[in-house]
Amino acid sequence: MVNLFKHAKACTTAFAIAASSFMAAGHATAADDTITIGYAVALTGPNATGAGISTVPNYRLWVDQVNGDGGIEMPDGSRKMIEVVEYDDRSSNEDLVRAIERLASQDKVDLILPPWGTGANLAIAPLMARFGYPQLAVTAVTDKAPEFAARWDRSFWMLGGGHDYATGLVDVLAQARDAGTINNKIAAVSVADGFGIDLIKGARPAFEEAGFELVYDESYPLGTSDFAAIMSEAQASGADSFVAFSYPPGSFGMTKTAQAMGFNPKVFYISVGGAFPIYPGIADGKADGVMAIGGVDGTSDSVKAYFDAHTAFVGNPPDSWASAVTFASLEMLEQAIGRVGLDHGDLAAELSNGTFDTVIGQVKLEDNQLRDLWTVGQWQNGAFVGVGPADKTGAAAPVIPKPEW
Amino acid sequence: MFVTILILGLVLGGTYALLALGLTLQYGIARIMNLAYGELTLAAAFVLVALMQGFGISPLLTVALIGPVGYVVGSLLYTVMMKPLVARSSGGKLDVDSILATFGLLFLIQGVLLLVFGPNFTSISYLDKGVTIFGVTVALNRLIALGICVVVGGALVIALATTRWGLALRAVAQTPTSAPLVGLDVNKVARQGFALGTALAATAGATVAMYQTFSASGGVVFTMKALVIVIMGGVGNVGGALAAGLLLGLVETFVATAIDPGLTLAATFAIFLLVLLFRPQGLFGKA
Repeated sequence: MVNLFKHAKACTTAFAIAASSFMAAGHATAADDTITIGYAVALTGPNATGAGISTVPNYRLWVDQVNGDGGIEMPDGSRKMIEVVEYDDRSSNEDLVRAIERLASQDKVDLILPPWGTGANLAIAPLMARFGYPQLAVTAVTDKAPEFAARWDRSFWMLGGGHDYATGLVDVLAQARDAGTINNKIAAVSVADGFGIDLIKGARPAFEEAGFELVYDESYPLGTSDFAAIMSEAQASGADSFVAFSYPPGSFGMTKTAQAMGFNPKVFYISVGGAFPIYPGIADGKADGVMAIGGVDGTSDSVKAYFDAHTAFVGNPPDSWASAVTFASLEMLEQAIGRVGLDHGDLAAELSNGTFDTVIGQVKLEDNQLRDLWTVGQWQNGAFVGVGPADKTGAAAPVIPKPEW
Repeated sequence: MFVTILILGLVLGGTYALLALGLTLQYGIARIMNLAYGELTLAAAFVLVALMQGFGISPLLTVALIGPVGYVVGSLLYTVMMKPLVARSSGGKLDVDSILATFGLLFLIQGVLLLVFGPNFTSISYLDKGVTIFGVTVALNRLIALGICVVVGGALVIALATTRWGLALRAVAQTPTSAPLVGLDVNKVARQGFALGTALAATAGATVAMYQTFSASGGVVFTMKALVIVIMGGVGNVGGALAAGLLLGLVETFVATAIDPGLTLAATFAIFLLVLLFRPQGLFGKA
């Protein structure tokens, strides 16, 4: 119904909007001393929120930093300034594909940066492959990354899949259960949309295998804004651990509802949004102990420097999940260009095989995927730090039980 | 269990009904199907957050004051943007014209909100305290929304039914072509209806900001919810919108608690479909 409605609306006004089909922020001019980098992301529409948190600020910050240093260093030691061609895909994959086509064939940009979101990255993957551009798909969470990396050999998948995050969480909880801190009952809710379905599908067998009992396991529709009924059922279930595979509005809504009703599970886990810098404000300053998807190395100086630079440039700190990885992917690109130049084939080979020094530490991709990922993080003393996998460098010990709200 | 469903459902329904009141006035009286309705509520929500974070103004004060501001904005919107459409329209053409025009307005407001407030999710923590009623804990801010909804909605129902002004509004709503024959200034009444609808949209938006996470691109969700309730309650029927909103809240809570939270949306649209099939004029509309 929602989609039908949207579609009908889109049709009625298509002609009105057709005239202003593309909004170009700048035009590429071919010059030898510049590198043109193009991207199409959602600056408006429903995806603008996600892109505006994890993707666009990092692109702009990186370009600003690189150009501030005199440009990207080429293999011969010369430096080239970056010139950006930015398009708004208005959260529509059709517009996105057209924009990529235009970037490749009309603007003839040297490199194309990926859009935000799993669906958007999948939508452009065949096109990027056809034009031969390397695609550093960061904000794409998919269990099929190995297949995609094999199908499009110049595509790189850097945020893992739902299965990784689900099993990562189960590992953290299993340790707490074995230590006797929590009981073996789990109350889980999941949003009935791609991401939530992927995660709960990965989590169910993992919980079972680890000897947990899912005493409450329900999904809720995308767009749900009231969680009072769900949370009171979860509270009544007797589970020590509350797990939500949720998008930001749900993550925030459940936090507020739990606080209002005095629901204090020993583990309170939410997914997307939990690592956002605004989360402590939403939790009314009581975020400490809340677990969520993602994380960064809380002990790392480079992460701290990156957070400071992001705050200074954008006005707010980055999120502690996809942002640092996005920035790292740009650093990889920069270093790869410095080693092999701008030839797409050479670049892809270097990204695939090379080792890079980035904000998230040393990165070496495995089969075109970043596998060394933070899966679970927790708010500790006002910062969102990685706690799982427990053996990863810089991992903090999880605080369980969570202090009461 | 029954009490829990009843109370949580009524509170949720109150927030829904509050959202729909303005739209039912705008469409019912001014005959303008305002697709930018959700964006107007969002704008008010952002204003509340900005006033609270920038100037430390209490959200409750904003909720109280934003209605008159919304009235002025709605009045201006009608005069500048809608009046030309009304002037040149005849028959059912205004419906289509207003949909197209407000669809454009939707993007305009959304663009301005994105520019001014950025794309981030916005959420404040205000009166998130739990209040226990008959053993059920509900959030105070949602309870306030229910209260505003009942007071404003009730006052509107009474005013429309008993006052001369209400009579004029109803006359224009029912037969805009004959209303001038009895000396009613249709244009003025329609402007009042539209402005009052905008005022309610602003009040609802400011209330929503107290308990819900929102972002500049999420206005269509509000429009959709309000639209379903308006059509279920009968277009232009304030009492109907109140009842339909409360009913929807009760049904969603019942389904989420007793059956499966995944089916709440399905239940909503199942009822919507039934209403459209068997009572297309709305649950409380006159055929």
